[in-house]
Amino acid sequence: MQALKRFVNGLRAKSPWLLHFDCGSCNGCDIEILACLTPVYDVERFGIVHVGTPFHADLLISSGTVNHRNKKVLANLYAQMPNPKIVVAIGACGLSGGVFRDAYNVVGGIDKVIPVDVYVPGCPPKPEAIIDGVVLGLQKLQGLGEAKGA
Amino acid sequence: MTRTALLIACGLIVGPLLGGLVSGLDRILTARMQSRIGPPVLQPFYDVVKLLAKEPVVVNVWQAFCAYCYIAAASISVVLFFLQSDLLLIFFVQAVGAIFLVVGALSSTSPYSQIGAHRELLQILSYEPLLVLVVIGIYLETGSFKLADIQAWPQPLLLKLPFLFVVLGYALTIKLRKSPFDLSTCHHAHQELVKGLLTDYSGPFLALTEVGHWFEVVLLLGLCTLFWSTSWIGMLVLLVSTYFLEVLVDNVTSRMNWRWMLSYVWGVGLTLSLVNLIWLHQG
Repeated sequence: MQALKRFVNGLRAKSPWLLHFDCGSCNGCDIEILACLTPVYDVERFGIVHVGTPFHADLLISSGTVNHRNKKVLANLYAQMPNPKIVVAIGACGLSGGVFRDAYNVVGGIDKVIPVDVYVPGCPPKPEAIIDGVVLGLQKLQGLGEAKGA
Repeated sequence: MTRTALLIACGLIVGPLLGGLVSGLDRILTARMQSRIGPPVLQPFYDVVKLLAKEPVVVNVWQAFCAYCYIAAASISVVLFFLQSDLLLIFFVQAVGAIFLVVGALSSTSPYSQIGAHRELLQILSYEPLLVLVVIGIYLETGSFKLADIQAWPQPLLLKLPFLFVVLGYALTIKLRKSPFDLSTCHHAHQELVKGLLTDYSGPFLALTEVGHWFEVVLLLGLCTLFWSTSWIGMLVLLVSTYFLEVLVDNVTSRMNWRWMLSYVWGVGLTLSLVNLIWLHQG
């Protein structure tokens, strides 16, 4: 039974489906995230698939500042993802609000609304850094499955 | 009796294994055509096991019920194929499964799910008459709907039914959810319809629909093998070349709309079937 659990948790890291949410980013980070899917980086090698619905996702990749308009959308997307799930915050704005942190409409980083597991700094971060962040997240995803005993 | 039980077990085990493998090879081939490396060949199995181990979340219970009915019908149709049953029966069982998948999608209120379901209905409307015509063509040539008799036919059916094989190719493209007919759901249409038909299936239920899809792929590829059932090499060559063409067509065409699909598939498909059936009748 233990061997089966370990096997399944290993597979979780081999088939991460990610949902990408642009939380009011300038598109700089989003272009770098999408660049990971191109033939140059080709993250499908690791079984990573970019899905369009939170129902299918294991990873939430979010970029940009959270503002009062979209904080509900972000929380909603996170709530709709089935467990186990992890969140990766991308870029200066996603981490802390970036240069917009003092604006009247800005709440701050992603972690003001939902729990964040991995932070990838940069403005924008390189695709290599984003892939690194996702790999870190995958280790945590494996751990989550083991902790839950699922 | 033991032979029957063995064949049933064979259908239930070989079906998804073969379907998953075909799907994995398909993903690698597609990646290579796009100058990418692509995932490992066992990736579809990783995905399904992961989905089965995820937390079950349903938008309503009918959707879960429909997912179970879909995989039941799909697996029964493959088992019937292995038991060399009646070809018409196999295709009506398969059609029941396809409809359950649509009903499941319609039971959710998500607009993407609804659009996907309506498009899937139109796809079923497009390919179902063609499949029946292919089966009728096989009957006119061999004089039987029984798979055992058809497989024992001394000549390759492809020589007498070449146009009907092309028609079967159209049905296969729609059923495999390949461009230009990948209207209801596909891996590449997030911007347009999220995941269409499968938007609201999640976790274990999405895994069930995926395994059901593998069963259907195996069934249709099995139907392709009937066209060269006299030798194993002919069967293999026919299967590999057909599937390679499917992947090629998927990568060189774009998604069209349902009006085009219905008029094109019915126009070309029905004409080709008619020509082939008249030829059979005359010859």
